[in-house]
Amino acid sequence: MKKFAIFIVAVFALLLGACSTGTGDTNEPEKVEDVNLTVFAAASLKSTFEELGAQFEKDNPGVTVDFNFAGSSDLVAQIQDGAPADVFASADVKNMDKAVAADVVAGEPVLFATNVLQIATPPNNPKKIATFADLAKPDVKLVICAPQVPCGNATVQVAEKAGIKLSPVSEEQSVTDVLGKVRSGEADAGLVYVTDVTSAGDDVLGIEFPESAEVVNEYPIAALKNSKNLKVAQAFAAFIASPEGQKVFKAAGFGQP
Amino acid sequence: MSHPSRPPAWTWIPAAGGALFLGVPLVAMALATEWSQFWELITSDSSRAALLLSIKTATASTVVCIVLGVPLALVLSRTQSRLLSSFRPLLLLPLVLPPVVGGMALLATFGRRGLLGQHLETLGFTIAFSTIAVVMAQVFVSLPFLVLTLEGSLRSAGKQFEEIAATLGAGPSTVLFRITLPLVLPGLAAGAILAFARALGEFGATITFAGSLQGVTRTLPLEIYLQRETDPNAAIALSMLLVVLAAVVMYTVHRSQEART
Repeated sequence: MKKFAIFIVAVFALLLGACSTGTGDTNEPEKVEDVNLTVFAAASLKSTFEELGAQFEKDNPGVTVDFNFAGSSDLVAQIQDGAPADVFASADVKNMDKAVAADVVAGEPVLFATNVLQIATPPNNPKKIATFADLAKPDVKLVICAPQVPCGNATVQVAEKAGIKLSPVSEEQSVTDVLGKVRSGEADAGLVYVTDVTSAGDDVLGIEFPESAEVVNEYPIAALKNSKNLKVAQAFAAFIASPEGQKVFKAAGFGQP
Repeated sequence: MSHPSRPPAWTWIPAAGGALFLGVPLVAMALATEWSQFWELITSDSSRAALLLSIKTATASTVVCIVLGVPLALVLSRTQSRLLSSFRPLLLLPLVLPPVVGGMALLATFGRRGLLGQHLETLGFTIAFSTIAVVMAQVFVSLPFLVLTLEGSLRSAGKQFEEIAATLGAGPSTVLFRITLPLVLPGLAAGAILAFARALGEFGATITFAGSLQGVTRTLPLEIYLQRETDPNAAIALSMLLVVLAAVVMYTVHRSQEART
């Protein structure tokens, strides 16, 4: 369906091009052909990428940026299965490596942001959590990500480095599920990314802990080989990593690589 | 009637299309399954824990569904109250609701800050993240299946025998246990099996309301969804297992309905 839509857009663009040459008006500056850029990005990048996508469209008239936000491993699988994507931004290096190994990436991936874990509790912090060790107290209902997903992998590593055994009441499928359980008050505490705490605003309380610095999640971005507009795709990837992009990531709580 | 009426010949084309649409994906999944590792994949610790939990909770849910659903179907089918029949669509709503919505509704009721949950919490009961929460989620989505099936049987069985028994002096409870229930037993069995199958496949309400922890709340569908992240082969093997379980259930229902006619 998406392929068909792109086909229609391409036909339309060709027709438009034919019309403009047909009228023979040559005084106008060279108009960039309409380009539709499809960006596959990790779910945690939604708000920042939407903001930067709008900026990119403004800076490059004729370019439209469409997003597909999902879990990084799902996105890699979709790209490998031939989904029409121009750019891929992953929430971890592991999934970008998978894409590189599958030979779908054009050039070298670039790191553009980092993220660390933070403790999230309901605003009143009912169990008075102050340190990472407090999460292991028996009366604390702790919710974390399952080890199979990136945030869970980070959680396992942090707990190992801190030498603390966590016994969660639930291992959720995604970081947003963990945040949801904390927001609704079902959980006394959860381990999420610092950017999730920022985006949740007053709904949760974020508690920093020094051990989080031991496990830094890095976000790489790369243009994809199958892109029909590789130059624009590369320009978008470069824009994300540019100082202008960095400002937006910093405001959202991301760290710099 | 000399000839049973046949559908027009052209209906075979869309009919075949529909059958293929339902059948081909299952065949494709069977083809994608790594059969050489199948046994190994479905007997890993996490798979076994998920399977065992699924069977335990689905069985418990079916029992609860029978205990609550049989009286509900009786009341709905044997009472001629306008008020009651206006409630009927509401009771069957979970049939058409996305299960995740059911999960949200249960959370709003039995969650720690929920309508009833906050009082249970002060009494020292917490439902969230427990196996009981899984059973509740399953009952919420599967009860309507049992009620609907049984209600149909009750209506088609009619009240003739019940009325005769009553005129002969049998009390209402005697009529229920000696006449009504034996009459609709095949319908009850079919409804119970459907409810069991629905409970076995329950995902959305469980993940929303109960959470996900091996051996406690992570049922087979949740395990499949999680395995998909890292081990697609295991996810497909477990999916096949669920397909086989569901096929056995559906076949049993089919047989019991054939036996009735």
